[in-house]
Amino acid sequence: MSGILNSSIGRKFAMALSALFLMFFLLQHFAINILSVFNPDTFNEVSHFMGTNPLVQYALQPVLILGVIFHFVMGFVLEIKNTKARNISYAKNNGAANSTWMSRNMIWSGLAILAFIGLHFYDFWFPEINTKFINGDMSGLINPEVADSGFRYYEELQHKFYSHVRTILYVIAFIFLALHLLHGFNSAFQSVGANNKYTKGLKGFGKAYAILVPLGFVFIAVYHHLKYVLS
Amino acid sequence: MNLTLKIWRQKNANDKGKMVDYQISDVSPDMSFLEMLDVLNESLVAKDDEPVAFDHDCREGICGMCSLYINGEAHGPDRGITTCQLHMRKFKDGDTIYIEPFRAKAFPVIKDLIVDRSSFDRIQHAGGFISVNTSGNTIDANAIPINKHDADDAFSAATCIGCGACVATCKNSSAMLFVGAKVSQFALLPQGQVEATDRVLNMVKQMDEEGFGNCTNTGACEVECPKGISLENIARMNQEYLKASLKG
Repeated sequence: MSGILNSSIGRKFAMALSALFLMFFLLQHFAINILSVFNPDTFNEVSHFMGTNPLVQYALQPVLILGVIFHFVMGFVLEIKNTKARNISYAKNNGAANSTWMSRNMIWSGLAILAFIGLHFYDFWFPEINTKFINGDMSGLINPEVADSGFRYYEELQHKFYSHVRTILYVIAFIFLALHLLHGFNSAFQSVGANNKYTKGLKGFGKAYAILVPLGFVFIAVYHHLKYVLS
Repeated sequence: MNLTLKIWRQKNANDKGKMVDYQISDVSPDMSFLEMLDVLNESLVAKDDEPVAFDHDCREGICGMCSLYINGEAHGPDRGITTCQLHMRKFKDGDTIYIEPFRAKAFPVIKDLIVDRSSFDRIQHAGGFISVNTSGNTIDANAIPINKHDADDAFSAATCIGCGACVATCKNSSAMLFVGAKVSQFALLPQGQVEATDRVLNMVKQMDEEGFGNCTNTGACEVECPKGISLENIARMNQEYLKASLKG
């Protein structure tokens, strides 16, 4: 068992496990966000629970952040190692003849997603941490002085999507997310050894996940933007 | 057909090397690709030029010696064949054809289009075998019952000829399709079980030491493999490696 992370297969396995964890997180993030379209009150309540529950805040959130950091750092490490494995490039290489654009450009779609995470943290996570842990306001209320002012989460979400530019940036990021997942989902299962006659159905499910989940996030962003523009 | 060939020329392992242009005329579409290179070499020898060095042996798609990267693809623009099985009818009059050696740090160029693939041999030496008592009481392999599905998969894995197209094609120069096939052909059979743990650990260790890249599951290797070795073999190797790591 010792040194498994120093082997090529061990690194693949670790990369795949972090990817599977992040894909599970993405699904629960989507499940909560879509509530903002169909039921803002429930969205507020679930957001308040997630934002103040000690298990989520002090156990799951650090694990998630470590998972994200591990995934992209390992992605860079593998990219550097793989580039070094071919010291002279081909004069002519026809990659499109045998593989998808998505599979060959995971580093670029990954970098686009990483840049989006930066914007997303700037938009939501940093203000949230500032409100709760620096200002000490754990009430989740629009006005902490007024008990019946209502939860702030839905209002904050709506406010972010007033901007055309931000909405477009979010949509572009979700397109890159779909491209990343179109290869990443099935790649993660292949890396943990799940590619045999019993797992054929996974490929179709992976494609559906890779398209529908980002499309759902696009829908949420565009819905809130149009709701503001048309109001 | 009249063609322009852009061929990698490199005097020896230490030479820097470069692409050189050649014109070749009256190429028959019925020629094999290697026969076309033979014709080119005859014309170069007639002019007292150095012929282009390239690997070949059986010219029947069995030995795995031919190793050219043609117009950006290992073994050229066709599927399920080696370079010796590629014919000039796949090209058109006036085409420009790029001919390069298989590129990988673990496959250093020896001369022109010939690369050193002994890294594959060292991986095989690390565990790509079974130890059988041959002192006179050897058990007939056919006397051991094996289910049809496993026997078929083991045979498919064993058809790998070790040409290195998987490495040449992979954007990461990964050898995992080759090693996956060599691990799988024994992992699926009872004869391979005794040394299964050491085999996969040692072969993967050797593969990593040779400087091959990490597989990112693009699937290009499977598409370009002349023997159609499946990606399932890499998944099986991953499973075998994880099981062996937990045991070891």
